[in-house]
Amino acid sequence: MKKEYKTVRSIAGPLFYVEKVQDVAYGEIARVRLPSGEDRLGQVLEVSDDVVLLQLFAGTAGANLDNSAVKFLGKGLELAVSSEMLGRVFDGLGNPIDGGGEVIAEDRKDVSGLAINPYARSYPDEFIQTGISAIDAMNTLVRGQKLPVFSGSGLPHNQITAQIARQAAVRGKKEDFCVVFAAMGITFEEADFFRKDFEKTGAIERSVMFLNLADDPAIERLATPKMALTAAEFLAFEKDYHVLVIMTNMTNYAEALREVSAARKEIPGRRGYPGYMYTDLASIYERAGRIKDKKGSITQIPVLTMPNDDKTHPIPDLTGYITEGQIILSRELEHGGVYPPIDVLPSLSRLKEKGIGEGKTRDDHSAVTSQLFAAYARGKQAKELAVILGEEALSDEDKKFSKFADEYENSYVAQGEYESRTIEESLDLGWELLKMLPREELKRVKDEQIDKYMK
Amino acid sequence: MSETKGKIIKISGPLVGAVGLKGVKMNEVVRVGKDSLIGEIVELHGEKASIQVYEETGGIKPGEEVVTTGSSLSVQLGPGLIGSIFDGIQRPLDVVRNETGDFIARGAKAQGLDRKKKWDFKASVKKGDKVSAGTVIGTVEETPTVQHRVMVPPGLEGEITVIESGKFTVIDDVAEIKDSSGKTHKIQMLQEWPVRKKRPYLEKVPPEEPLISGQRVIDTFFPIAKGGVACIPGPFGSGKTIVQQQLAKWTDAEIVVYIGCGERGNEMTDVLQEFPELEDPYSGEPLIKRTVLIANTSNMPVAAREASIYTGTTIAEYLRDMGYKVALMADSTSRWAEALREMSGRLEEMPGEEGYPAYLASRVAEFYERGGRVKCLGADREGSLSIIGAVSPPGGDLSDPMVKNTLRVVKVFWGLDDDLSSQRHFPAIHWLRSYSLYGDALRDYYEKEVGEGFSDLRKQAMGILQKEESLEEIVRLVGEESLSDKDRQVLDTAKMIREDFLQQHAFDPDETFTHIKNQYRMISAIMKYHSRALEYIEAGNTLADLKPGKVKEKIARMKFYEDEKTEDFDKLDKEIEKLFASSSSEDDITDAEDEKLPAIEGIGEKTERLLIEKGYDSPEKIKKAGVETLAEIDGIGEKTAQKIIEQLGKKSADKKQAERKKDSQ
Ligand SMILES: Nc1ncnc2c1ncn2[C@@H]1O[C@H](COP(=O)(O)OP(=O)(O)O)[C@@H](O)[C@H]1O
Ligand SMILES: [Mg+2]
Repeated sequence: MKKEYKTVRSIAGPLFYVEKVQDVAYGEIARVRLPSGEDRLGQVLEVSDDVVLLQLFAGTAGANLDNSAVKFLGKGLELAVSSEMLGRVFDGLGNPIDGGGEVIAEDRKDVSGLAINPYARSYPDEFIQTGISAIDAMNTLVRGQKLPVFSGSGLPHNQITAQIARQAAVRGKKEDFCVVFAAMGITFEEADFFRKDFEKTGAIERSVMFLNLADDPAIERLATPKMALTAAEFLAFEKDYHVLVIMTNMTNYAEALREVSAARKEIPGRRGYPGYMYTDLASIYERAGRIKDKKGSITQIPVLTMPNDDKTHPIPDLTGYITEGQIILSRELEHGGVYPPIDVLPSLSRLKEKGIGEGKTRDDHSAVTSQLFAAYARGKQAKELAVILGEEALSDEDKKFSKFADEYENSYVAQGEYESRTIEESLDLGWELLKMLPREELKRVKDEQIDKYMK
Repeated sequence: MSETKGKIIKISGPLVGAVGLKGVKMNEVVRVGKDSLIGEIVELHGEKASIQVYEETGGIKPGEEVVTTGSSLSVQLGPGLIGSIFDGIQRPLDVVRNETGDFIARGAKAQGLDRKKKWDFKASVKKGDKVSAGTVIGTVEETPTVQHRVMVPPGLEGEITVIESGKFTVIDDVAEIKDSSGKTHKIQMLQEWPVRKKRPYLEKVPPEEPLISGQRVIDTFFPIAKGGVACIPGPFGSGKTIVQQQLAKWTDAEIVVYIGCGERGNEMTDVLQEFPELEDPYSGEPLIKRTVLIANTSNMPVAAREASIYTGTTIAEYLRDMGYKVALMADSTSRWAEALREMSGRLEEMPGEEGYPAYLASRVAEFYERGGRVKCLGADREGSLSIIGAVSPPGGDLSDPMVKNTLRVVKVFWGLDDDLSSQRHFPAIHWLRSYSLYGDALRDYYEKEVGEGFSDLRKQAMGILQKEESLEEIVRLVGEESLSDKDRQVLDTAKMIREDFLQQHAFDPDETFTHIKNQYRMISAIMKYHSRALEYIEAGNTLADLKPGKVKEKIARMKFYEDEKTEDFDKLDKEIEKLFASSSSEDDITDAEDEKLPAIEGIGEKTERLLIEKGYDSPEKIKKAGVETLAEIDGIGEKTAQKIIEQLGKKSADKKQAERKKDSQ
């Protein structure tokens, strides 16, 4: 029989300090019964001989020192997993909220997860066609990659992520594919947008949603991605699914992390975020990948909004240091009416090289996109120069590059929200645009390739 | 040593507090809790000991036991290191996988070295020989490229009383040494060394040879010496890891120790999958046969991440002690610093800058100081340890404490630039911000072994890049119109240096490695072009009239020339001369005068090559040969031969005329 403690010494922010407890483990889960009779879950953040520090996922509002009772449950935070989860909706702590009743557990998993042994990993190299040129051709997504979207408030990251979820496929393969969706602090409308989109395409049958919305408890957000990834690991590595995990919005997750850190009076790191945020985020993002001899895979698309559109802010910065590239959205392009407003130059897919080329996409892929990058970069420089000196001051060559840059943004990056281009279409379109430039400037493509593809 | 048992009183992440550990020492290894997790004492405060635990601490309770071991955190050294992948505390990850599956669970007990495998030990000393620390007493062919030299451990000296060749495991006795007090010591191939203590050597000597990597911007502009120390800071995505991997692949170090410290799992998998396939350009063997990998990725325990740097360095020092040229890459040292900060924060130490502990600077200095070129203990043997550390400053901001502390001790700074990487100029090492302080020390080597005038060429090229920057400023203000032809040429040459020399595509198998002699010829060709062009302009010609299309295309393709194939470069040099000779207006062909084979109008490149091949490499020789002899050359007919002689006649007439003109002025 587990003992119930009424020895709450103090309450600070989301934290509970409980005294005179015994036999409590680090990381253990506790149930706190408030004076109102309501139950809340908490997790042990620190334990010593006489005091236990608990973090309450649903906050401490309504708790008091005398009448709150704490019971330690003797285990970590767990999720009941099962294939039955597909098609279901859960709250941020993994409780069903779609009225469908409890999931009959095939297994119960500790949500903190374990690190994949680097020796057991298999390097991701299968091309995923998202149908979006700025991604497929320029910043290629591969199966098992973690590729975040760096957005800004008001930018269409939801549309883009939904478009990816709708269109993503490994070509020539019919495989078990599913989506795990984790919402952290987003609005009801946003979550509903995704749900409706999944319904429209029928993807809802093959999706698992964990929703912590803007008006749900902030600290609960710390658990939500772990719930989602635990479900994803089960589906991928025990049930052979190729899982696409969408996690939005990681900025809200990081804010919750900061809140707990501040309540603990820890020495703050850069801009008030805890010094261990890198390690904490890594424990989430690194739960993507492929494993030798396993059929399934986990591909992650975390979404975050950059405060002030600043990619050096700790949230995007630490994310970029962990993930395998980033898709960056640009306000300038958005203002120019470009959808999707993907800024291809600072965007990056670190796993591109091994996922493209002959037999995967096409032999000219690396060369033509390298040429497009170079030409677009030069065109943008020319455009900047033109802003200062006027169009006339540009050399003839620079004028061509500047026009190229415009065209590239308006007809290459820009495409319809429901338009799905094959990789061949994306590459051909690239060649088409390169015709605008003098041939001798095309140093990054080989003559044979020009002859073959520039028709 | 008898073990002492204590009791856990506190758990906070990777930090565990305990009491009752009487006599325990700082840095002593202890076993923590029911699962006997590995931990290290990091603070002693009266009764209380603080322990950093190298595994996840979830589930541990106060009251559980802590047991001392009497030894410091050490690595196991001996045959079996090469080709292995270890975690931060030297547990082989393949063995861990066998123990705990695809995910790393707690409590894996894997030993650093395989204790069952038998190695073929060949004694190299005999009974009665006097030996001392560092003496090689026997060898094992560990891989086709690495001969493992079993050395007398530091601190021991005496006479060999027993030694035998044969097949042994690393824990079998292979020899016995009697010291001066008459005590006998049994020697095994496996030796241990505490990771936080540097291994001894006779003395340090200044480095004088470059660590060649085949990366043009590094070897030519910012070289690191064998035994040198370098850092590579840059924001995410700027190319730190790729540079480190390129070095691991292509340097002429004999052994590479690669530490993945708090970075991505897939990056280690990449190395693991690629290195057995790639060929070491120096030995022809698979790269993995000269590589030791340490992987403590970002999601693995943070305390073990802190240890990984020391584990890797100690292994590297041991291999250096055998007399090898070892190179160590640490990606990223910032994650190590962050691990220090995290532990320090939990210990509630007084924070220094940005929350880092006040001792960060001295830890960083100690780490890089373990690099160097040394005379090894024992016989006349020299080894070197080069250290290259990646630094990942927040937001790419170079005022970060870790960057500052690192720059204070390293001699090479490869500064990566975000703008360059987003333009896909790779490696994004910024040519105006980076530096190497080994230039002088390596000068002799470059002049003697690579090519005469190398240092001057480098200086000139750098001058052009510097000039480019100031010219670009002018262009931004007033436009390109205002530039003189000479300035335009500077811009043009700078572009060639940037695009055709500095940029190097790591993933293109034809370009990923450039032989140092090719680098020399490449930069000389560009500089030749530059000086000819300036002469051409000085002679009153205008750039607009120059049609360098083909020659420039060739310059752009130099990077694909085969290693050390000098003919290709000789030919290119000629074409550059020819371009400017033939572009000169009639009254100025003096440039071409001392050229062996001037451009002959109407004669193609192929014919020219045929002539040169047959030894007709000067107008004089050709003329002397005459039409008939020339026509006999395969590929040159009667007609062509005639034309050649005709044209040559005309040329010399023109020249004479020009000379006369000049004289009369
Ligand atoms: N020399 C190079 N050649 C081609 N691509 C490169 C080169 N260096 C870097 N890159 C590109 O930049 C990406 C990021 O490089 P990486 O070394 O992983 O950055 P960092 O370690 O600084 O975050 C790589 O995935 C690759 O696409
Ligand atoms: Mg890196």
